[in-house]
Amino acid sequence: MTTGIQTAAYVFASILFILSLGGLSSIESSKRGVLYGILGMLVAIIATVFGEKAEGHVYIVVAIASSSVVGILLAKRVKMEAMPQLVAMLHSFVGLAAVLVGIGSYLDPETKTLINAEQSIHLTEVFIGVFIGAVTFTGSIVAWGKLEGKIMSKSLLFKGRHALNISLAIICIVLGVLFVRAADVYGINYLIVMTAIAGLIGFLLVMSIGGADMPVVVSMLNSYSGWAASAAGFMLGNDLLIITGALVGSSGAILSIIMCKAMNRSFISVILGGFGTVAVSSGTSTIEGEVTALNHEEVAELLKDAKSVVIVPGYGMAVAKAQYPIYEMVKELQKAGLMVRFAIHPVAGRLPGHMNVLLAEANVPYDIVMEMDEINDDMPSTDVVMVVGANDIVNPGAEDDPSSPIYGMPVIKAWKAEKVIIMKRSMSAGYAGVENPLFYKPNAEMLYGDAKDSIERILGFLRSK
Amino acid sequence: MIVGIPSEISANEARVAATPQTVKRLLKQGFEVIIQSNAGLKANFSDAQFQNAGAQIVKDASDVFSKSSIILKVKEPSVEEIDMMLSGTVLLSYLWPAQNQPLLQKLADKNISAIAMDAIPRISRAQKMDVLSSMANIAGYRAVIESAFYFGRFLNGQITAAGKVEPAKVLVIGAGVAGLAAIGAANSLGAIVRAFDTRKEVAEQIQSMGAQFLTVEINEDGATDSGYSKEMSKEFIDAEMALFEAQAAEVDIIITTAQIPGREAPKLILANHVAVMKSGSVIVDLAASSGGNCVLTRNGEIFQTENGVTIIGKLNQLPAQSSQLYGNNLCHLLEDMGKAENWKIDMDDAIVSRAMVTHQGKINWPPAPLPVSPAKPKAPELNLEDSKEAIEQRNKSIGKSMLIKLACIGLLLFGLGQVAPSEFMQHFTVFVLAVFIGWQVIWNVSHALHTPLMAVTNAISGIIIVGGLLQTKDTLGNLSNILAFIAIFFACINIVGGFFVTHRMLKMFKK
Repeated sequence: MTTGIQTAAYVFASILFILSLGGLSSIESSKRGVLYGILGMLVAIIATVFGEKAEGHVYIVVAIASSSVVGILLAKRVKMEAMPQLVAMLHSFVGLAAVLVGIGSYLDPETKTLINAEQSIHLTEVFIGVFIGAVTFTGSIVAWGKLEGKIMSKSLLFKGRHALNISLAIICIVLGVLFVRAADVYGINYLIVMTAIAGLIGFLLVMSIGGADMPVVVSMLNSYSGWAASAAGFMLGNDLLIITGALVGSSGAILSIIMCKAMNRSFISVILGGFGTVAVSSGTSTIEGEVTALNHEEVAELLKDAKSVVIVPGYGMAVAKAQYPIYEMVKELQKAGLMVRFAIHPVAGRLPGHMNVLLAEANVPYDIVMEMDEINDDMPSTDVVMVVGANDIVNPGAEDDPSSPIYGMPVIKAWKAEKVIIMKRSMSAGYAGVENPLFYKPNAEMLYGDAKDSIERILGFLRSK
Repeated sequence: MIVGIPSEISANEARVAATPQTVKRLLKQGFEVIIQSNAGLKANFSDAQFQNAGAQIVKDASDVFSKSSIILKVKEPSVEEIDMMLSGTVLLSYLWPAQNQPLLQKLADKNISAIAMDAIPRISRAQKMDVLSSMANIAGYRAVIESAFYFGRFLNGQITAAGKVEPAKVLVIGAGVAGLAAIGAANSLGAIVRAFDTRKEVAEQIQSMGAQFLTVEINEDGATDSGYSKEMSKEFIDAEMALFEAQAAEVDIIITTAQIPGREAPKLILANHVAVMKSGSVIVDLAASSGGNCVLTRNGEIFQTENGVTIIGKLNQLPAQSSQLYGNNLCHLLEDMGKAENWKIDMDDAIVSRAMVTHQGKINWPPAPLPVSPAKPKAPELNLEDSKEAIEQRNKSIGKSMLIKLACIGLLLFGLGQVAPSEFMQHFTVFVLAVFIGWQVIWNVSHALHTPLMAVTNAISGIIIVGGLLQTKDTLGNLSNILAFIAIFFACINIVGGFFVTHRMLKMFKK
């Protein structure tokens, strides 16, 4: 295969990738989008493997075959609640691959034929590519650990954290200058030391971010993995890598922006971390009212008398795997002629769009799953709102209490409904560590207990009559 | 205290001033209730029902008038009825004080404390006693039902096996309580409803009831402080007439509700308007009793014109319903006046002082005017010139900052181009364009698909496998080859795993 044909194949693959992402604009076209992506990837791999420069086909086949098995097993086994973990783990793989490709490219004797400016630019590309790859790698591993519960999800904060990060970054820049100046492959030591430091930066960065900010972190790492691929493209002079990396990079960046907007936080402050801990002390306003609770039977009665019900799911639903009984309950209520809808806050869960996937898993039709903005206006005409394992995203303090740390964050206005039922394990605060005045409102009732168990019991009462 | 309800003597009056339900309310307020035998007959309330509710039935009107200290009536009393009343009696009834000066004199001479229910001021607190509103509501509803009866077609549009039916077009003139009720009723029957009113402020109410607001091109607002509309200028009326003529030819049903308190109803539908109407059309004139909005209207009659237009000048009052609401209005007023135990005629009260048209032998009419709502400060006129300038200013400042940004970016790129080799610049071009494409494409991704999006981009970022593929050599031994092998391995997990899991997720999304 000549270089001309290979380039043409790469252009074709790039187009397919763009179409693939474009296909995700609607659920109807999304499956086609995935097919485009797979096709693009096949074209890219075949064009590379059968290209002029390619060697070592045996190893390539072995690597691809074995990893495909691993990949399919991973994807098949993963539970939808564990999607965030899987996504984080896969990010770390891209980061790792970027590091390896970068180091390999440096060691590759072919690249040593470059001269002067070209040589320095190439080395800078290698250095930056490896840096981003290493940050992505360790950052994603920490994110995976936090999501999996292997690392405490609270943000790790210590004095001089910012100073440490900055000095580490400066050391990396110094190493970079030394690396570019080093002759032949003697710069490898600088490169390896830098990789270790970059890994440390990634580790510290994500360690300092609390559990509630995970959607931002995961999308940010998504973005990084794209930039890492793009940087690899620069060092290899490969446009396909550059284009694809840039697509992924901007996709992750947009997701991060959307998540930050949904939490009314600046991107910088989330990245620098330390949100969750300041919160508790700064909430000064006192909350008036009394927390009242209902039992399962009373809730069932309430639902029977209602005409329209909105369910607001949160991470608690994912933890309890309550999506299946919830849909059973929804079907039961629909049979009785009620209008039942779901209200999804953009940051509900630990991954952008996490709740949508969980509900889809339980076969909930997507046309009764609404976005926050679509449903907030209907809240005053809603009879019962059921909040399942969510807290901060229904906090009225975000609207009317300027002293609240989440003041200004767009929230689902559950309190405007006739009645609000909050299903919760206990009275503890949400991830943001903020008291929720909603619980004290006169139209709010608590229903304590595990979400799945509670829903099943309510379902029992609904069916018994 | 005894509250007495005599039978209505007018043959046209089917209502009664109390129903069994309101009798119960009166008893609860501490009053004793006596009611003339057969008083509720025309409204389908039997003596037995009243008796069960706790009222005492008396045979003769004279007994009711002589025993009661409070008399509840619907129609204004006749001279004979006034003669039967005792001095000092409180009378609650329609009185139309503006038109019935001699009647007021008679009541004053007899020292009756007469409250004209039609003179209850239109303030928020008095809404529950406002009989004009409660009766107008019924009239508006009934106007639509009545017109539908005389109109020989469906009101709603239908597409049936036998053919297509166009929806009827209804024009409602005057969007007071009656007008709005008519709009609501016609709309719910499926007709296309249009409405006209001289008061611009009601446009929103009209639209909220589901009708289209018609307007003339002349800028004049008919709103007044009393809550009714005023008479308009000649230019306005000319434009209005032209509008009605155009509409008359088009619509099937016209319902007019325009009334100006204390005056003859304005003439809105002229003979030439009726002439252009389609045969089979219907006009319901709710102002028939005060002269009619249509020049051809005959009060108390339903007739058809030569060109086949039915003009309705009388309406069934829905006596059971209107008696119930009227009775409730009366109960609310009595409650407001202190019920039986704290009964007091408080001439300082905003409602009582205005509705009490005769008291202690004096005529108390017309009352001091009372604005409905505090005069709204006129919204400052939006100066279009100004806002245009502001927009231009803003555009300019945005333009300026964009210019500065672009200049900075240009300079940076220029600097980069100075040092970087041409090959790098080519790649850089591709990179920048790809970022822009990504930026445009990703914003369109729907919220619900964010998790699949991450999984797909995850898979796609496995493209880094190409880097590994390019580095593998046939010789296994060297380090860069081993690194490439590992890179391929992990990148490929990403590709396969990412696509597979996305597919799995998308398969679950169902409608």
